[in-house]
Amino acid sequence: MIPDHVAVISIVVFLLTAIIIPLVSRWGDRLPYAMAVAACAVVFILNAIGLPAVLAAGEIHYALGGWEPPIGIELVLDPLSAFFVLMISGVAGIVLWHSSRPVPAELPGRGSVFYSAALLTLGALSGMVLTGDLFNLYVFLEIAALSGYALLGSGTARAAAATFRYLILGTVGASLYLLGIGLIFLETGTLNMADLSAILAVTGLSPLLVIGIVFIVAGIGLKMALFPLHLWLPDVYTAGSTTATALIAPLGTKVAAYVLFRLLFFVLEPDWVRVDLPVTTVIGWLGAAGIVWGSIMAIAQDNLRRMLAYSSVAQIGYIALGLGLGNAHGFIGAMLHALNHACMKACLFLVSGNLRAAGRSQSIAELDHSLQRSMPWTAAAFTLAAISMIGLPPLAGFFSKWYLLLGSWEQGSWIFLAVIVISSLLNAVYFFRVIERMYLAGGAKTDDKAPERLDRHVNLVAPAVVLGVGLLLLGFANVVIVNFLIRPMLPGGF
Amino acid sequence: MDVSPTYDSFVPAVAVLVSLVATGLIVLSGRWPNLREGWTLLAGVVKFGCVVSLLPDALAGRAATFTVQESVPGVDLSLRADPLGVFFALIASTLWIVTSIYSIGYMRGNGEKRQTRFFASFALSLSATIGIAFAENLLTFLIFYELLTLATYPLVVHKETPEAIRSGRMYLTYALTAGLCFLVATAWIYLVQGNLDFHAGGMLESGLFSPDALRGLFVLFMVGVGVKSGLMPLHSWLPAAMVAPTPVSALLHAVAVVKSGVFGVIRVVGFVFGPELMAGAGLDVVLAIVAGATILLASMIAMRQDNLKKRLAYSTVGHLSYIVLGAAMLTPAGFTGGLLHMGAHALMKITLFMCAGAIYVHMHKTEVSQLDGMGRAMPWTFGAFAVGALGLAGIPPINGFLSKYYLGLGAVESGQLVVLGVYLLSGLLNAVYFFPVVLRGFFRPAPAYERYNEASPWMVVPLCLTAVLAVVFGLFPDLLAPIYSLASGISAEILPTFPLNSP
Repeated sequence: MIPDHVAVISIVVFLLTAIIIPLVSRWGDRLPYAMAVAACAVVFILNAIGLPAVLAAGEIHYALGGWEPPIGIELVLDPLSAFFVLMISGVAGIVLWHSSRPVPAELPGRGSVFYSAALLTLGALSGMVLTGDLFNLYVFLEIAALSGYALLGSGTARAAAATFRYLILGTVGASLYLLGIGLIFLETGTLNMADLSAILAVTGLSPLLVIGIVFIVAGIGLKMALFPLHLWLPDVYTAGSTTATALIAPLGTKVAAYVLFRLLFFVLEPDWVRVDLPVTTVIGWLGAAGIVWGSIMAIAQDNLRRMLAYSSVAQIGYIALGLGLGNAHGFIGAMLHALNHACMKACLFLVSGNLRAAGRSQSIAELDHSLQRSMPWTAAAFTLAAISMIGLPPLAGFFSKWYLLLGSWEQGSWIFLAVIVISSLLNAVYFFRVIERMYLAGGAKTDDKAPERLDRHVNLVAPAVVLGVGLLLLGFANVVIVNFLIRPMLPGGF
Repeated sequence: MDVSPTYDSFVPAVAVLVSLVATGLIVLSGRWPNLREGWTLLAGVVKFGCVVSLLPDALAGRAATFTVQESVPGVDLSLRADPLGVFFALIASTLWIVTSIYSIGYMRGNGEKRQTRFFASFALSLSATIGIAFAENLLTFLIFYELLTLATYPLVVHKETPEAIRSGRMYLTYALTAGLCFLVATAWIYLVQGNLDFHAGGMLESGLFSPDALRGLFVLFMVGVGVKSGLMPLHSWLPAAMVAPTPVSALLHAVAVVKSGVFGVIRVVGFVFGPELMAGAGLDVVLAIVAGATILLASMIAMRQDNLKKRLAYSTVGHLSYIVLGAAMLTPAGFTGGLLHMGAHALMKITLFMCAGAIYVHMHKTEVSQLDGMGRAMPWTFGAFAVGALGLAGIPPINGFLSKYYLGLGAVESGQLVVLGVYLLSGLLNAVYFFPVVLRGFFRPAPAYERYNEASPWMVVPLCLTAVLAVVFGLFPDLLAPIYSLASGISAEILPTFPLNSP
């Protein structure tokens, strides 16, 4: 049966392709590109088969190498992990489709290495999602981080410098996580998530465990750029190459957030982290602070990529806020927002990449209304994604905001409610600032002669438009996604 | 649980979608202006036909419904052509045709740029407006309400001057804040009772909301719909938005957008809260005071405006509150009068704006003080202006008289003679700020304008048509369309058993 093996094949496809690409790259310049896109497509299709299967028949456990857990490592395909792998492979596939021109242009001669690192990252991210073992998660976390540094650091010297800081901070985060699981292992003697969950249900929380949990949350919080641990993020996203940023920005932080969801709500009892040890409350408040801080900083930026980076800090805040609410609406809102934001942010970074490919500056002050005629499709994709980020119906962003709003209301969290409302207005400020410059002359002379079309390449335009239109479809499909995909993954006690 | 029986029909959906499809076609045929404008006119006629075909059933108290799918769990994205919705849709779709003809003359006569974007946004705005009219529940209403904001933004900033961009920012700030307030209120009701469907006489289930909660909800809703309906102090965007081309001011800032706001007030008062809760929590008094103050203040500000469009804008602010005040009285005649005034003000104000636009395109004049003697050169335009001005001042036989008569009757019914005084005083103020325009045009000497020199027929015909319609509806309200029967039917639906204070 295919579904039984979806989990392991997904990871293996990514990792194996990553190894094969450098070996075969001598036989064709385009081969690494084609193989990378194909790998994403294969994983996407596999999980599109696997997701309905787990929805129908329950989660599928896969013992690696035939070693039964808790001794061996196991992979778990359940609605939540299948949903995330589907998202990773889908968004990555579209971003890599777009990469046919940016990668040779920005990283001449290093295409095969780049694609190899990219697939290594994707394989590791999928592994983090699919694994049922805490230490195995650490291994995948480090693989994702190291290949991610390689991806983001390649290109300009600025990128390398920014990534070095990320490397230092990221290593601190990973070490904190390792310390955390070390303490948990000391206390319980197991690293398997299901086993741990069963043991904890009997023993309950102990001081050592609490310290372990705090270490893990701090470490993963750093990885997901939870305010105030986001300091590494803006520089990295600003300096990174087009494809690397468009790949990491929508996915990397989401997977870290996934780990928190998995550990806090599925491995631990939800009520421990909601009531006994109010970790989620802290995360929610940090998320709310991140929303406000990220939005305000985004308004202050002139560089488009930097603005998008701060916007990411704010959007991670939404997911953290949903986690912090600790109720069903909050969970649904956070999951839906993870998906929506992955599509929106990928779309926006692809647009920024198209500007770069057309030789345009990233400075918002230097954008002008000739863009709407020289790059009409790119500008349209940006507008769709921006409206979705602001959260206006009928685009996808509105609906994740709706569930978060319901969750805040249920919780009686007036401040969270106010934060969501105000941040929508702040989003409108920084996105309409760009839209104005893209579309309106603002007193500058208009040139009646049609400027040269700069976005004629299908591979540059189509992915951005597909994501933009996808946001419209996601908006209309939100009920289906919520009822059939997200509700079944709600943890017990919600 | 609804009073009126319903039946499934795709006509409401067609009425919404036809201009959405037209938006796409307009964008695609941007290179062939005649074809492009053809789509606009065709969509206008089809939309009008759809709305008219819904009219008989609406009069008989049967509503056509169309459900797309769930928009969030438990709430459908659904349309319902109830009498109130048909009433509003009828006004908007009729005037869209007239304005489209006028726009063609205006945009071409003025040599405006970006006409494709203009006509496309216009068509999209009309989709949103009809969607608002037919929205069956709060969430559907909100979705179309936000869409209307987005679709009208390109129209407000059409000129792309720094001033236009400033106005656009102001418009977005006001409208998006309002949308968020509406969203919060909707989420609140969704969590408490789960059901968001509009219901004549009030949808809030009794006992679920404390009086304080009701007041909170009411404030959120009133900010939500008050911005678009120009309730003071939320009105500032409207005069600023006059920077848009005149057809936009005519249709959107006299009919579609602002009437969507007022329509929202009637929905909230009559279909969300209902007369009993309104009166029970004392909300009607609050609304009446705000609306009454808006009427008087706006009229006084209008007197001081020399710019013709700004004067019309403040007049719009005042007249919108006529309707709000009519609804706030919670009497059958008040609702009927308010609804009649929705139609009457739409016809008259669109005439006035089209006149202002014709004067601007043809004579390049924007200020009232520049109009001396122009009436002799443009007799049709100034004649139509005179009809609209007389009507807004409430002088028979123009339809403004009829609506004001019912509003006055409503004031007497509710026993609030202060309200009657507000209406009468405001009529006087209307005369003070409108008649000088007419008097200057016809009676001040001006050698430059001795010869007949009228604007293009594309503009003059529509504005004369609306002026004639204003008179016809004033004399025979049920002759062309059963406006009066529809309006009184709606108020009977909202107030079936409410005690009457009529003598």
